[in-house]
Amino acid sequence: MLLEARGLLKRFPGTVALDGVGFGLAAGEVHALLGENGAGKSTLIKCLTGAYRRDGGEILLDGQPVDPRSTFEAQELGIGTVYQEVNLLPNLTVAENLTLGRQPRRLGLTSRRGMRALAREMLAGYGLDIDVERDLGAYSVAVQQIVAIARAVHLSGKVLILDEPTASLDAREVAMLFEVVRRLRDRGLGIVFVSHFLDQVFAISDRITVLRNGRHIATTEAATLDRVRLINLMLGRELEQATTHGRTAHDAGAEVLRAEGLGKRGRIAPFDLSVRAGEVIGMAGLLGSGRTETAEVLFGAAAADSGTVRDAKGPLDVSTPARAIASGFGFAPEDRKTDGIIGDLSVRENIALALQAHRGWARPIPRAEQRRLAEDFIRRLDIRTPGPEKPVGQLSGGNQQKVILARWLAMNPRFLILDEPTRGIDVGAHAEVLRLIEEMVAGGMSLLVISSELEELVAVSDRVIVVRDRSHVAELTGQEITTDAIVRAIAAPGANLEAAE
Amino acid sequence: MNLRRLPLYATIAIFVAAYLLCWLQFPNILSTRVAGNLLTDNAYLGIAAVGMTIVILSGGIDLSVGSVIAFAGVFIAVMLRDTGLHPLAVFALLLILTTAFGAAQGALIHALAMPAFIVTLAGMFLARGIAYLLTLDSIPIDHPFFESLQKAYWLMPGKGRLTLLGVLMLLSVLGGMLLAHRTRFGTNVFAIGGGEGTARMMGVPIGRTTILIYAFSGFMAGLAGIVFAIYTAAGYPLATVGVELNAIAAVVIGGTLLSGGSGTVLGTLFGVLTMGLIQTYIVFDGTLSSWWTKIVIGLLLFLFIVLQKGLLKVGLSRRTA
Amino acid sequence: MTALLRRIAPQLLTLLAVLVLVTVFFPGFLSVGFSGDRLVGSPIDVLKRGAPVALLAIGMTLVIATRGIDLSVGAVMAICGAVAAAAVDRGWGLGAAIPLALGAGLLCGLWNGFLVAVLRIQPIVATLILMVAGRGIAQLVTAGQILTFSDEGFAFLGSGTFLGLPVPAWAWILAGIVAGLVVRRTALGLLIESVGVNLRASRLAGVDSTVLLVTVYMISGLCAAVAGLIVTGDIRGADANNAGLWLELDAILAVAIGGTSLLGGRFSILASLIGAMIIQSINTGILLAGFPPEFNLVIKAVLVLMILMLQSPRLSDAARGLATRRRRTDEGAAAPRAVKEAPR
Repeated sequence: MLLEARGLLKRFPGTVALDGVGFGLAAGEVHALLGENGAGKSTLIKCLTGAYRRDGGEILLDGQPVDPRSTFEAQELGIGTVYQEVNLLPNLTVAENLTLGRQPRRLGLTSRRGMRALAREMLAGYGLDIDVERDLGAYSVAVQQIVAIARAVHLSGKVLILDEPTASLDAREVAMLFEVVRRLRDRGLGIVFVSHFLDQVFAISDRITVLRNGRHIATTEAATLDRVRLINLMLGRELEQATTHGRTAHDAGAEVLRAEGLGKRGRIAPFDLSVRAGEVIGMAGLLGSGRTETAEVLFGAAAADSGTVRDAKGPLDVSTPARAIASGFGFAPEDRKTDGIIGDLSVRENIALALQAHRGWARPIPRAEQRRLAEDFIRRLDIRTPGPEKPVGQLSGGNQQKVILARWLAMNPRFLILDEPTRGIDVGAHAEVLRLIEEMVAGGMSLLVISSELEELVAVSDRVIVVRDRSHVAELTGQEITTDAIVRAIAAPGANLEAAE
Repeated sequence: MNLRRLPLYATIAIFVAAYLLCWLQFPNILSTRVAGNLLTDNAYLGIAAVGMTIVILSGGIDLSVGSVIAFAGVFIAVMLRDTGLHPLAVFALLLILTTAFGAAQGALIHALAMPAFIVTLAGMFLARGIAYLLTLDSIPIDHPFFESLQKAYWLMPGKGRLTLLGVLMLLSVLGGMLLAHRTRFGTNVFAIGGGEGTARMMGVPIGRTTILIYAFSGFMAGLAGIVFAIYTAAGYPLATVGVELNAIAAVVIGGTLLSGGSGTVLGTLFGVLTMGLIQTYIVFDGTLSSWWTKIVIGLLLFLFIVLQKGLLKVGLSRRTA
Repeated sequence: MTALLRRIAPQLLTLLAVLVLVTVFFPGFLSVGFSGDRLVGSPIDVLKRGAPVALLAIGMTLVIATRGIDLSVGAVMAICGAVAAAAVDRGWGLGAAIPLALGAGLLCGLWNGFLVAVLRIQPIVATLILMVAGRGIAQLVTAGQILTFSDEGFAFLGSGTFLGLPVPAWAWILAGIVAGLVVRRTALGLLIESVGVNLRASRLAGVDSTVLLVTVYMISGLCAAVAGLIVTGDIRGADANNAGLWLELDAILAVAIGGTSLLGGRFSILASLIGAMIIQSINTGILLAGFPPEFNLVIKAVLVLMILMLQSPRLSDAARGLATRRRRTDEGAAAPRAVKEAPR
């Protein structure tokens, strides 16, 4: 083994991000690392590259134990990393980026000619014909990725970790990148490939390792694995144990709103969506498939460039979050920390925020009223906090999520979008969030629930929409809703289109 | 062409166009005499602005520059009055002091992880306060060596005087250009200005570079102080109030991005000269009032800030397209 | 009430310490007496002379709470003072001068707010433009002279006495109370803090950040206008060059002393006002205690450095790290609470 991790352990307050994970990378192989958000991929990579210090386990490079304390140190040891967000500087030239820290010098001054030569030498064999004296930022992300790879390989030379390198590339650029990756593999590098695009994983990988909930689930030869089996490994459901539809069938209410041809170029293809009163629409799809983008255009977080949303009375303006809220929408985003909570503000203020913003600054909610509201929700949602004045940033993830739910429940929206409502929260809170969803719907609210946890979707949804490659590809209703059917819809192009009709 | 270079060309174009306009109205303005004075009168500002350019390129700011220049003048005057040291020895001592002062600011910025704005604000108060402690009066400097420095010039064709001070500024610009664009340190400065986190991951020594950046700015402020002392033949603790602001304006008008990561030292020279030219024009005109300088500089600032913002947008859309 | 006291305790203690220190050197410092119908004494002097910085600090607090900064307030003071003096000079009367000056302040704030909220220019860069150009504009209004006037009503604003207290003291105290009531009795304070802590999440919760930011810069402009009126009234003339010179720095300092983080979020106008009084007490105290005024800046510098140390994220992290480590070894407690990066 070129690089080997044994029993890696990494804890964060409240969660175990890596629970004794093992991982082996051979020289001359492309090894894909797969798993949904929160599975532990990023944490594993960060432990391997020294961005995180591990809490247990060991890392061997060429059979020798290593303990990198920074990404820079890992690089010196031979482990180079290229991230989705290119970690080079767009304001420097390509040559400067490639030679930073080891620029050739003449008479104490950096030599432009020397830098140019060194940069060209480093880029040789990557099939890039670019002017190395232009700003890196002037080139496409694909070129930037390859420059980043060239730098990482030149500096490290043994292990190359590619963390979602293709997320913002088009098909032609992906092909260009893969050409480079194959060439490097043939030169004997060990390459770790992290991606959520399964086609790409199958196209490039020799072996595949799947993580789930911080645990190592499986490592197999890519050639012996099929898509359905892989998705099952990732989403944690064996076909034979397929969960059946959990909600008791009830009469679908009248249509409350309808989106037609809503979309945004490059983010999500135009889609139609009809929402009926008191129903839960589940949304399934792999990471990056367009599910969060669907939520964003519906809520005005990313303004749609086509389509309309209307209710029985007429068109609705959902071009900004504030307007979408005025139309009776709510949105609990996936990334609670950056998009959801206002960390330094109290539980009370966080709960009252949307309602207050909607009423305008001149019509304050009296403090006693805010307190009553907060205490009411703390009790109803069982939010574990010492009191309504506690800064919400100091609560656990599950309780933060409940605070955000409370924020929207206080608005009493007719349509609430929940993006990964149960991600990163403990089992107890998980069950409570599901119970809350039932409660809300019983009260006549309509929900769009986006989740990677298929059992969860199966249990709560009246309908499930499947998203793949940035478009809505299938819709399952009633008894069709099984994890098995969802997995097949995600995996096989066109497999469930009939079911949607 | 690198989009990043555009502001430099804009700066030069604006300077040349402005000079032409001035020349059409006052043919005398295109003479070595005016050009020589332009260099001499703005020498201290130009030197300070070179230091400021490096600081701003790294995404920082140094508010202490004006105070340090005033401190330098007072320090030189007091030392020459009260000790028998040769001016050159005093200069050396002063440069060591101001460089150390700058380095200390850089060290604090790095160690406390606080905005440069507020740390150098303290430095601004401190340097001026120390100048006050040395004296509250204007102390004349009448050392013979000083006089010879003042009178050192090379007569250009057309009777213009290229003074020692002017040459010192040009040399500073040249030195700054080499430092910013032809050394590993310079690239590190750009790297930090482009993104500190990324620069760190790429192995740029952030702490050491930050300290060196502010030390360099302190050194240049000290040098500007020496030039200012020679220029005015006095040390006065109330002098050069707000010079940091002029220096920042010159840097921005010179095409450097105020948030760091993009710009040139050469542009700063043209920024300084453009500001000087506005003043010269107002002197030539005779009827225009001095406040137009500030208003025009404000307009130029606005123009360049919006230009940079626009370039950023164009750059982004170009890349994603 | 106790929460408020706990919030402003450090500032009160600092003010107390400064007052005690000055009194040690100048025993008569705290004595207040009547001269005719007006109060006199050093504390009253502090209340009066601290007025411009206190007024600026009110607006600056709100701006800084949104993660911004307003460098232009000193120049805006000069503009507004010049506008008022020019209006009086032309015989338009105080009834026109005051609204014109306040309008000029609001306009300046609108400009800054437009650059920050609409063009999305960094606040420090955006307000630099007016900081540089503002004094030129003020000089343009006064035609480069120190515009003096003899309007008693205007002079009253800067040097008059009302109910025993100097008018400038009334001005900042009232402005402080009004601003405090407005931000706390309406939802403005909550929304400002929310935007300052997390702009993205606030927008997603429906907060209209654009309007909010413009409003905050306009309030700052308005405060600067009032400060400009007072300074102009006090010297009975508009000095475009020196009115409000460097006061933006003192105002920022007052906010920092008041414990409002320069990184935005939670703010307290009251604490900023106490901060302004601390600065003025030091200024006045140094003068009275017989120290040469040249010490003033050195003391200010030390003060800024001390505040920096207290606010430094790195130092407080280190301190917290130390504390948790100690707690761990003492009690064998589990994971530390403060974690900067959570798992993704």
